Amino acid sequence: MNEQISKDQEFLLPASSTFIFLSMFVALMLNWLPWNGLWLALRPDFVALILLYWCTHKPHRIGIGIAWILGIFADVGDSSFFGQHALSYSVLAFGGILLHRRIQMFDVREQPLQIFPLLVISYAVFALVHWMMRGNNSWEFFLGTLTSALLWLPMSMMLQSMRRSRSDTNEL
Amino acid sequence: MDSTQSFRFFNRGPSPIARLIFFALLSLLLLFIDARYKHLESIRSILAFPIQPLQRLATSIYTQPGVWWNDLSTYIDSQGNLAHENMQLRQQQTVYAAQLLQMQVLQTENIQLRKLLDVAQHTDFPMQMAEIVYVERDIFKRKVYIDKGSQKNIAAGQVVMDEIGVIGQVTRIYPWMSEVTLITDKDHAVPIQVLRTGLRAVVFGSGDISTLSLRYMPLSSDLQVGDVLVTSGIDGTYPPGLPVAKVTQIERDPAYPFARITCSPLAGVDQQRQLMIISGLHKLPEIPAEEPRLIESKSKKSKRSKQ
Repeated sequence: MNEQISKDQEFLLPASSTFIFLSMFVALMLNWLPWNGLWLALRPDFVALILLYWCTHKPHRIGIGIAWILGIFADVGDSSFFGQHALSYSVLAFGGILLHRRIQMFDVREQPLQIFPLLVISYAVFALVHWMMRGNNSWEFFLGTLTSALLWLPMSMMLQSMRRSRSDTNEL
Repeated sequence: MDSTQSFRFFNRGPSPIARLIFFALLSLLLLFIDARYKHLESIRSILAFPIQPLQRLATSIYTQPGVWWNDLSTYIDSQGNLAHENMQLRQQQTVYAAQLLQMQVLQTENIQLRKLLDVAQHTDFPMQMAEIVYVERDIFKRKVYIDKGSQKNIAAGQVVMDEIGVIGQVTRIYPWMSEVTLITDKDHAVPIQVLRTGLRAVVFGSGDISTLSLRYMPLSSDLQVGDVLVTSGIDGTYPPGLPVAKVTQIERDPAYPFARITCSPLAGVDQQRQLMIISGLHKLPEIPAEEPRLIESKSKKSKRSKQ
């Protein structure tokens, strides 16, 4: 299995900065769709997922700094406290960078289980900050970690295929 | 793997842990400043400048097909339907006209009575219409954004309502937008009065869409299911007499000192698109002008009781 994965990685094109930027932009827009009620609780955090993907696959290009800046944008968009998303995304990016070898060792079908704890920690940081500032908490917020982890598989497969598509012609 | 990690062939700047500590401290600092002081509001509105159009775009991507569908269906709508609707509207209009006449009569009577009572007259408040641009995507909060901001003289603290009752208040201002905190936002308080008995209380948001709670009401308090709560106007934010909520459930358990009272908001807090902004704040500057006269004419004791 390991062999197969390493072969896969050889075929991947180097991700261009515009592609990374565009994927993050799309993720932010998806987060800003008018989610409501229960759907809001079930909404996967697209930004966190994209960030985690790039942190695990390109840990030397996408780091904690970019995660922090993305978090500030998310903070302004959600009108949460300055630094609330930024802190949780920084923690997430750190986890992704720290464990990127371990996560990539697993097959893409097994990865959701590996990233789930990272997502829980980052969600918990966000909820903790909210609890410290406002003094209340809502548990259905953590439903988002489940849907995010479930979305990891289709999302990373999609991104992998998008990065591979051009090299397909050279493959044969 | 460990041995390769320990060699550093390329200089890649500080280690991840150092970066994490740096950025975590930076965010904690920002959190502290944002929670305690108001210095970051200008930065927020600068950053919001490119972000808000994007959020509008995201909302319109989602809602636009529905709008087109509505346009199409109204276009296709048969003439008979329209005629029927027209007739209905006409009937309704006559009813409204009659009611309006009645209201005018009542208004003049009310003004006269107020003059007799020598009470500071609250005239109708300046009103503006606004439309919801997008809804907050944070599960912890109940907030909406409306399409009027400081350019249209919206100020923080103004009250937002629909044709039935109070929806919330304006809490943050951007140049072309403002943020409205709904009355259902967790721990958002509205001072109210029970319409039937005149009992004063404070109603709190529960963070849930459709419930409010009336806290710290003694078991013996005179409340019934179906009682309408209107704003009392004591806080100076909400003008008096606006309908807020209706009592839906009362639990009187002798084991607890207070009754558990749940209410539901009267206004379509989560359903409206067009909203009214009322400035109840305009009355505030009048009070200091009145005060010197009061102090002169009345004794110190009455001054204390006034405060």
